Amino acid sequence: MTAQDATAAAQPEPIRLRGERRRWGEDVVKGILALCALVSVATTIGIIIALVEPSIEFFREVSIVDFFSGDRWAPLFTPASFGIQPLLVGTLVVTFWACVVCLPCGLGAAIYMSEYARPRVRNVLKPALETLAGIPTVVFGFFALTFFTPLLQDLGLGVNVFNVLAAGLVVGVMLIPVVASVSEDAMSAVPQELRDGAYALGSTRLQVSTRIVVPAAISGIIASYMLAISRAIGETMIVLIAAGGIAKITFDPREQSQTMTAFIGATGIGDIPTGSIEYKTIFAVGLTLFVITFAMNMLSIRLVRKFREIYE
Amino acid sequence: MVMSDMESAPAAPARIAGVDEKILAERAREAASTRRDVLFDVSRLTVSYADVPALKGVSLEIYKNFVTAFIGPSGCGKSTFIRCFNRMNDLIPSANVDGTILYHGIDLYGPEVDSVEVRKRIGMVFQKPNPFPKSIYDNVAFGPRVLGWKKDLDARVERALRHAALWDEVKNRLKASAYSLSGGQQQRLCIARCLAVEPDVLLMDEPASALDPISTTAIEDLMHELKREYTIVIVTHNMQQAARVADMTAFFSVEVDEEQDRRTGVLVEYDATPTIFTNPGDKRTEDYVTGRFG
Ligand SMILES: Nc1ncnc2c1ncn2[C@@H]1O[C@H](COP(=O)(O)OP(=O)(O)OP(=O)(O)O)[C@@H](O)[C@H]1O
Ligand SMILES: [Mg+2]
Repeated sequence: MTAQDATAAAQPEPIRLRGERRRWGEDVVKGILALCALVSVATTIGIIIALVEPSIEFFREVSIVDFFSGDRWAPLFTPASFGIQPLLVGTLVVTFWACVVCLPCGLGAAIYMSEYARPRVRNVLKPALETLAGIPTVVFGFFALTFFTPLLQDLGLGVNVFNVLAAGLVVGVMLIPVVASVSEDAMSAVPQELRDGAYALGSTRLQVSTRIVVPAAISGIIASYMLAISRAIGETMIVLIAAGGIAKITFDPREQSQTMTAFIGATGIGDIPTGSIEYKTIFAVGLTLFVITFAMNMLSIRLVRKFREIYE
Repeated sequence: MVMSDMESAPAAPARIAGVDEKILAERAREAASTRRDVLFDVSRLTVSYADVPALKGVSLEIYKNFVTAFIGPSGCGKSTFIRCFNRMNDLIPSANVDGTILYHGIDLYGPEVDSVEVRKRIGMVFQKPNPFPKSIYDNVAFGPRVLGWKKDLDARVERALRHAALWDEVKNRLKASAYSLSGGQQQRLCIARCLAVEPDVLLMDEPASALDPISTTAIEDLMHELKREYTIVIVTHNMQQAARVADMTAFFSVEVDEEQDRRTGVLVEYDATPTIFTNPGDKRTEDYVTGRFG
C-alpha cells in the first residue's frame, strides 16, 4: 500500500446522492400524464352525476317499482306508462342474437388466425378484420335494413321490415373483430412450448387449439366476450335503424322491438321539452343501461381474475 | 488398460475431461452384447430455414433399444436434427427437410405419412420442462385422452408416473397444478406424459440441462431403465452425460463458409460411445471431447 492510497482511504470523499436540482421537466410530464388519465375518470363521474340527478327527479314522479315491474312502455302517449320491461326484453333479444353470431365466429376467427393461418395470411387477415371494426355503425344499420332484412325475407322467414333478428345478427357481425382481435392476442401469448408439448403427443391441430391454447388463453377470451356483450347491449345505431320503434315484450325475433339504447336515441333527437317527464325518462333509462353495463364489467373483471388464478 | 477388451483400443487413448473410463468400459461391454437392429435409417438429410441450410448431408442409423446421443457445439443443428425424427419441424413454417429418414423402412417424409401418426409413436421431451397449465393427473392423461383411450385411465396414469420415477412424490396430490412441482419433477412429469401414450421412441433434447445434479441423475437412471422398452435419442451438451447414458454417440460440428457467411451443421463422426470418447477417428471430435474446443 502506498502512502497516497493510505491518505485516500483515510479521507474518503463524501458520497452525494442528493439530486443536483429538482427535475422540473419530469414533474411537468407527470402532471400532463396524470391529467390524461383524469379526463376519463372525470368524464365517468360527470356522466354518473348527469344521469343521477334527472333520474332522481324521474323517480319522484314514477315509482321505481312500477318502472321495473311494468310491462307497458309508452312514455310519450297519454295515458303514459313507464314499465321498462319491453325495453329490457328488446335489449336482451338483440344481445342474444348478436352473441349467437359474434361469440362463436369471433373465437373461430381467432383460432384460425392464431393456430391455422400461415404468418403471411395472418398478417393480411388481422388488419382486414380490424378494419371491419372501424366501419361506422350507421353503415351497418343500413346494411341490416336494406340488405340483411330482404335476404331474410327471401329465405322465407317471414320477417317484418323492421325486425330484431336482422339487427341482432348484424350487431353480431360488427362485433366479430372485437372478439377475434382480443382473443387472438390472448392466444398468441400462449407459449409455443405448450403447443410443441401437445403436438409431440400426437395431437391434431384442432386438439391443440381446443385443449391447450383455448384453456390457456381463457381469461383473455372471456374478457373479449364480456367486451362484446357490453358493446351489444350498448349498440344504438343499428337497432335504431333496423329493429323498429315499437316497444313491446316479444321474444319473436322476426317482429320489431325497441331496445333501451334505441329509445334513448329516438327520443333524444325528437323535440321534447327539457325538464318534462319524457325528458327525464331518457336519463332513467340511461342510468339503467349504465348500471347493467357496469355490472357486466365487474363480472368480467372477476371472471378474468378467477381463471387467471387457475392457469398461471 | 481398461479399454483393452475393445478391438480398436488405441495405444494411448485421448484423455477425456472428467469421463470415467470404467463407465466407458461398461458401455463397450454392453454394446458388444447387444444386437443392432436398425430403427431409423437417415440418409443425406439436409434441413434449411428459409432456404439457408442449418444442417447438411447427414446419414446415420439409429438402433432399436439403444440410447443414442448427439453432441456438438451450440448452433450445430442438434435440435434441428432431433426434431426431424418426429416431424416437429413441420410446425416451423420456414423449415424445409430434404433427404430421407426411414423408420421401420417407411419414409417418414413420404407423401402418405401423417405427421400426427408419426408423433404418436415417436415422443419428445424438450429442453425446458413444459407441463401444461393443468393438474398433474391431467398432464399425464392428456395424451391418452387425445388418442381416445378412455379405458383404465387411472391405471395408465399411475403406470406412466411410476415408470418416470415420479409416482411416490406425487401420488397424494394428483389434482395439484403441475406448476407446483420442482423443475426436476416437472421434467419427469413431461417424460411420464410421453410414456403414457406408449411410444416406441423417446426423443430428448437436452432433457437435463435446466436441472440440478440430483434431478439429472434421476433422469439418467431413468434412461437406463427405459431403454429396455424404448429407443432413446438424446441431445446433450454434457459429455459425461453422453458417456454415462449413451451406447452410440454422434458428434456434430459447424462448417463455416466465409464467402457466403454461412454456418452449416455437419455430422463429423458417429460411432460407439467408447470409441468416440477414447479413440475418435476425426481430429475435430478429439478436440471437442478432450475440451480443446467449444
Ligand atoms: N426456427 C428457426 N428459424 C430459423 N433458424 C433456426 C430456427 N431454429 C434453429 N435455427 C438455426 O439453425 C441452426 C441450428 O440450430 P439448432 O437449434 O438446431 O442448434 P443446436 O445444435 O440445437 O444448438 P444448441 O446446442 O445451442 O441448442 C442455428 O444457426 C439456428 O440459428
Ligand atoms: Mg438445441
